[in-house]
Amino acid sequence: MATLKELAKRTEGLVGGHRACAGCGASAAIRQILLAAADKPTVCGICTGCMEVVTTIFPFTAWNVNLVHNAFENSAATTSGMEAAYKALKRKGKIKGDINFIAFGGDGGTYDIGLQSLSGAIERGHKMLYVCYDNEAYMNTGYQRSSATPYGAHTTTSPSGKKIPGKQQKRKDLTEIIISHDPAYAAQATPGYYMDLIKKVEKALAADGPSFINVLSPCVPGWGYPSEQTMNISKMAVETLFWPLYEWQDGVYTINVKPREPKPVEEFLKLQARFRHVFKPGNEHLVEAFQAHISRQWERLLRKEEASK
Amino acid sequence: MKILAKTGNEAMAYAMKQINPDVVAAYPITPATEVVQIFSNYVADGEVDTEFVAVESEHSALSACCGASAAGARVMTSTASQGLALMHEILYIAAGNHLPIVIALVNRSLSAPINIHCDHSDTMGSREAGWMQLYCANSQEAYDSIPIALKIAEACGVPAIVSTDAFIISHCMDRLEVLEDDEVQKFIGEYNPKYFALDLENPKTYGPLDLQDYFFEHKRSQIDAFSKVLSTYNKVAKEYEKLSGRYYPAVEEYKTDGADVAIFTAGSTADTAKEVVDELREQGRKVGLVRMRMWRPLPVEEIKAALGKFKAVAVMDRSDTMADFGGPVFLETRGILYDLDKKPIITDYVYGLGGRNVEIADIVRVYDEISEIAKTGKVKKLVTYLGVRGEE
Ligand SMILES: Cc1ncc(C[n+]2csc(CCOP(=O)(O)OP(=O)(O)O)c2C)c(N)n1
Ligand code: SF4
Ligand SMILES: [Mg+2]
Repeated sequence: MATLKELAKRTEGLVGGHRACAGCGASAAIRQILLAAADKPTVCGICTGCMEVVTTIFPFTAWNVNLVHNAFENSAATTSGMEAAYKALKRKGKIKGDINFIAFGGDGGTYDIGLQSLSGAIERGHKMLYVCYDNEAYMNTGYQRSSATPYGAHTTTSPSGKKIPGKQQKRKDLTEIIISHDPAYAAQATPGYYMDLIKKVEKALAADGPSFINVLSPCVPGWGYPSEQTMNISKMAVETLFWPLYEWQDGVYTINVKPREPKPVEEFLKLQARFRHVFKPGNEHLVEAFQAHISRQWERLLRKEEASK
Repeated sequence: MKILAKTGNEAMAYAMKQINPDVVAAYPITPATEVVQIFSNYVADGEVDTEFVAVESEHSALSACCGASAAGARVMTSTASQGLALMHEILYIAAGNHLPIVIALVNRSLSAPINIHCDHSDTMGSREAGWMQLYCANSQEAYDSIPIALKIAEACGVPAIVSTDAFIISHCMDRLEVLEDDEVQKFIGEYNPKYFALDLENPKTYGPLDLQDYFFEHKRSQIDAFSKVLSTYNKVAKEYEKLSGRYYPAVEEYKTDGADVAIFTAGSTADTAKEVVDELREQGRKVGLVRMRMWRPLPVEEIKAALGKFKAVAVMDRSDTMADFGGPVFLETRGILYDLDKKPIITDYVYGLGGRNVEIADIVRVYDEISEIAKTGKVKKLVTYLGVRGEE
């Protein structure tokens, strides 16, 4: 695995000057991912969404590698086409050497509108890495709910109103859906644990087939917290078991971080304005339900790890 | 020269094989399924070097085609009807990014009601997407049009649709003259785009966000690229004539000399109408036929020259605009003829929706009515729905 020192010497794939909010978790994650990939030429695809919008406003681009943006729901299909072109052109001798193919999409572009495109691309076995930068809502269009938005969260389409306190549905377990495709590699990560993320990107790119990393990426205005808190919140998501760091390869689950004494999920929730209403008197049941769900998911993951040993 | 017996679908698949594209990403749909199937066989048998991507939808088919084309590959696909509708969003993106993808398409009606047979509502509904459109009258023309379209697409940076009529052409066996593989290869040449996303020396961002300050110029440049399509077409069609002996003008005239009236239509119906013209001419009637082959870009001057000389013209439209004012060919043709000092009277016959058969008698009726209009100068009905129950 590349050391921090080695990483620091590599050419950045995503450079500064773009228009993401100060403290944007997703742009930090993409920067780390491209650094991890930078030992080989890399070609990327990206869905419409915050990251595409803040980094590519013509005539500027923050990308030092080739990037293709097509539409909101199809960066998996688009990148699979690039990978197919690469194979064909390599056979004809028009292109030489190895290329990393990385497709990016937000949770909206991945869990929701682009799920079919991703499922298809993984099933077809393209050698590419798909990264979902999961900021748990449609941030680009003003914080609307997605199927990655957690239970209870306030978004502009699941508002905490007088009668209904935020999103009433649980989030979808996308990583598990992808694992059931039997990909070459799948993992969950978050930029607060950056060496973990780097290692996972290296593994994913080395795997012989389609790979997937779901990266929980805190969003300053969407989640509602001061911009310097991004990495803390990212870590808190892991320490409260809200976002377990684990990987899956050849049928084996490995949990990468097992907090000795997991913190109650409140510690994660209370840092963010989107959960402010769940701490109002009379809403205690929301936090309890949240905690029960998180604990159940964690227990299930432990059992999966145990069973796959 | 080799002579084969092939259906329209087989002919288009055969042309694709001879082109040997780098990438084909496609999804099956009646009546274009065979194109995809036959092509898969070519891949399975090693007759092409193509990377075949068997996607999970037409939306992904065209998305993968865009990725492959942006990466610098020569790219083709095939679809019909609902498939083209599902591609609709990406049609604009392919065109806006100047990706010269070619679709071998079979024209089929759009749901609802669901129906698998021919009309032109699918491609007519995509007129504004920025794709060149060629409507073929038979299998031979479909075969010939595929390399012609590819060459123009790549020269102009404009994607192209070549279409045939569902079942009438797609599934009917016909005599087909084919070129040798190397003749096709020489005709289309090698594809080496200036910008491609696998160019590792010159990393670029393809498909960026383009706001009020630049979008309009970029759209204008797309329209500019489109304005070169017709002149390129005229050159390439001549070049193809030299190679094959077959010439296809953007707008074809048939027995229009001395004609007072004409039908203006597209696709297989034009071939049927030619038979009718032959018969009526034998009876001494002054009738002719004009066939539109290219409908994007619009061959404006050609249409003026072809139709301007008649007293009356009947457009036969195989789709409707839901404007309560007839079909798209009729509406746009009226716009084109508006500038002429002496314009023909022009009426519309919407016909054949959902594969409703158009009979010789129907076409004779159109000639009778348009001849009457030419004589009297009176239009009783501007838009007629031909052969529909309940219409007088
Ligand atoms: C077909 C389509 N529907 C809707 C939109 C509008 N839209 C653009 S980005 C977006 C949300 C993106 O959310 P996500 O994928 O989570 O990325 P984020 O902005 O959060 O980074 C939406 C709804 C679109 N561009 N295309
Ligand atoms: S809204 Fe959120 S995801 Fe978008 S740039 Fe700001 S912090 Fe990043
Ligand atoms: Mg999001």
